[in-house]
Amino acid sequence: MRSVQALAAAVALSLLAVSSIAVAGEPKQGGILRIYHRDSPGSASIHEGATYSINVPFMPVFNNLVMYKQDVAQNSTDTIVPDLAESWAWSGDHKTLTFKLRQGVKWHDGKPFTAADVKCTFDMLMGKSQQKFRQNPRKAWYEQVNDVTTNGDFEVAFNLKRPQPALLALLASGYTPVYPCHVSPAEMRTHPIGTGPFKFVEFKANESIKLTRNPDYWKKGRPYLDGIEFTIIPNRSTAILAFVAGKFDMTFPTEVSIPLLKDVKTQAPNAVCVVEPINVSTNIIVNSSAPPFDNLDIRHAMALALDRKAFVSILYDGQADIGGTMLPAPAGLWAMPKEMLETIPGYGPDVNANREEARKLMQKAGYGPDKHLAVKVSTRNIPVYRDPAVILIDQLKSIYIDGELDVVETANWFPKVARKDYALGLNLTGNAVDDPDQSFYENYSCGSERNYTNYCNKEIEKLFDEESQETDVAKRKKLVWDIDKKLQEDVARPIIFHGRAGTCWQPYVKGVTVMVNSSYNGYRYEDVWLDK
Amino acid sequence: MFAYIVRRLVLMLVTLFGISVIIFVLLRIVPGNIVDILFAAAGYVDPADKANLERELGLDQSIVVQYLHWIGGLLHGDLGYSYVSEKPALDEILPRIPITARLAGLALMFSASIGIPLGVISAVRQGTRLDYVLRVVSLSGLSLPAFWLGLLILMASVALFGTMPIFNPNPKTWTEAIAIYCVPAMAVGFRSAALTMRITRSSMLEILRQDYIRTARAKGASEASVNYRHALKNAILPVVTVIGIEAAFLIGGLIVTETVFNIPGVARFLVEAIRWRDYPIVQNLVMLIAVVVVLANFTVDMLYAALDPRIRYTD
Repeated sequence: MRSVQALAAAVALSLLAVSSIAVAGEPKQGGILRIYHRDSPGSASIHEGATYSINVPFMPVFNNLVMYKQDVAQNSTDTIVPDLAESWAWSGDHKTLTFKLRQGVKWHDGKPFTAADVKCTFDMLMGKSQQKFRQNPRKAWYEQVNDVTTNGDFEVAFNLKRPQPALLALLASGYTPVYPCHVSPAEMRTHPIGTGPFKFVEFKANESIKLTRNPDYWKKGRPYLDGIEFTIIPNRSTAILAFVAGKFDMTFPTEVSIPLLKDVKTQAPNAVCVVEPINVSTNIIVNSSAPPFDNLDIRHAMALALDRKAFVSILYDGQADIGGTMLPAPAGLWAMPKEMLETIPGYGPDVNANREEARKLMQKAGYGPDKHLAVKVSTRNIPVYRDPAVILIDQLKSIYIDGELDVVETANWFPKVARKDYALGLNLTGNAVDDPDQSFYENYSCGSERNYTNYCNKEIEKLFDEESQETDVAKRKKLVWDIDKKLQEDVARPIIFHGRAGTCWQPYVKGVTVMVNSSYNGYRYEDVWLDK
Repeated sequence: MFAYIVRRLVLMLVTLFGISVIIFVLLRIVPGNIVDILFAAAGYVDPADKANLERELGLDQSIVVQYLHWIGGLLHGDLGYSYVSEKPALDEILPRIPITARLAGLALMFSASIGIPLGVISAVRQGTRLDYVLRVVSLSGLSLPAFWLGLLILMASVALFGTMPIFNPNPKTWTEAIAIYCVPAMAVGFRSAALTMRITRSSMLEILRQDYIRTARAKGASEASVNYRHALKNAILPVVTVIGIEAAFLIGGLIVTETVFNIPGVARFLVEAIRWRDYPIVQNLVMLIAVVVVLANFTVDMLYAALDPRIRYTD
């Protein structure tokens, strides 16, 4: 009898355990997610910005046509899912991409969403509409789009000049929300209206951004949270201390540096922290149109002098990645294999041998132990720029180059670079999507506004077009590797490393996924919930 | 006296006009404007887009036209629009003033209520252990930068109590309300309290050596009466001057304190506005600060006459 009772008790206990696990794993409705924001964004309009300081708080207000699946960390074509579009299809010649749109979706002001809104958004992005954005930093993304046409209220087609399979990846980015036709760009900068899981409540500059749950969200049962509050805390020490003290549920995404992460883990051992690549490369921009760097030997020597591992070890405690233009594997999808990378001058493991070769090149160019080359190394007056610039100056000494740090205020940095008023510059380049089209055309294409060095190689340009049109992923990958290798060999914009950064949240915050190959696409927050 | 006040008021207007010109010109001399910053943030420069935006914001006009436009608006109560938030500058500035005013007022109160009594005690107990301790404390107050002290307070607060007094516009309890203002006020007022204490001490020491103090003692006046009725009343003038000057200097301390404690006041807003080259905000805020400083100086001068009957302003 006793054994029967014991068995019954054991069964009851195990059932209880199973049910409590199930309950703990079940998303709960309600609660306000409190996040600190690293700075006050210039506006609320995602299309007019080029920083994820805008995407993080305002992506939850919107929907795209398609988006990257929010609970998968690595963005790829396979993780693109329908959003405002229910489905999509390419035409046989890959020159038309047609979307069937979701019906019954309403903007936050109650007006219905239709295909006209999609056309409006992309016409404005292509500069074809009467309404203009103040700034349109991603106009080049739609270079291959001839026009956007509608077929009734719920079908829209992108008609391309030539096949561009990567267009879908660009449309899935957090940078590509659909805007309402009936709201002006000026209003969207101050009071954005979207169709997304959260409605905009208020944006007090330098203070806070508040979002509230959209009760009419078309995705039933989402979002779980009642709202999100971003408190703007530009002082990093204060922000981290506030997180440790439990004033926030989550840090600003990918804003915790490696040294700070150690502090967080010591002071808040229960916090969940991850360190992931952010798809931002630290690189050197070289003014090859003026002496001394118009001399290819000197450019090659400089590339050979780099000890990338030293940068990574000093600045990131070893937690950063070395690669070419494309984000290194395993996070990156398009990186060339390690064996191929190491064949590029300057990437080989023997730094001393590389530098010996570099010194020979410098001597060939007329410099040596008795005649050093003096150059200014310009960079923005921000630690993430300044710190690697100092290490670069130190490394260049080994090849008879005496660098002098020239720190430039942010307001003057791009005008200075644009007028070619520099010899060497240390720069950071972020990529919105892990796709070669975005990276190659934006940074290396002849005439691109973000091609700061004006590197222009017609042969490479042809290869860009070739890879861009290639629909076979394996073939495209091979082409991308060859292009990336050539870019590094040409010292077009030597890549030093690809950084990583940390994100932390309290253990009761569930459903957070930090994307590993882009810092711009994972902030819809509709799957996030609080287990308390 | 009346003529003096009128003359001072006219001088104040001239000073404010001079300040307005200096602010305006200095802001334009600093390289880069809002348009440069917006394009820097977007990572590209399109000359056509840039020119359009400069035209939209009126930055393509000559500096004289821009100045007249600003001053004309100011005289009509129109402070213009923030370039960044695109909201009226007045709507951006007004809600922040009470926050900073409360903080500054508390800091000054802390400075006077701690600095003056401790200065008196230090002077009266000159050469004792207590005097040495107070002098070390005051020296540390002058040496510790406000941002460092602020961070130290926050770190200690988290380490000791597991929480920190970070700004909350809607405090839930009285203690929270006091903590969010008093702790930063103490951090920013510590330096000022130290200075007040040192000035009070040296001024008191000078007065305590005067013949009339000896006479008061000889007549059998109590120590408290000698120290506070006779000595402090005469020693207070330089202290008032210092507190007046400190009120003006406080804005510098408030900038870092508001940043460290994340208080959305005027001082931090000013720094952000300078960073964005948000001219309408910077110009109007600096003018506001200038008015406060000029008025503080005027008030201090008027207080002289009230505190010391020997001082009379004549034509």
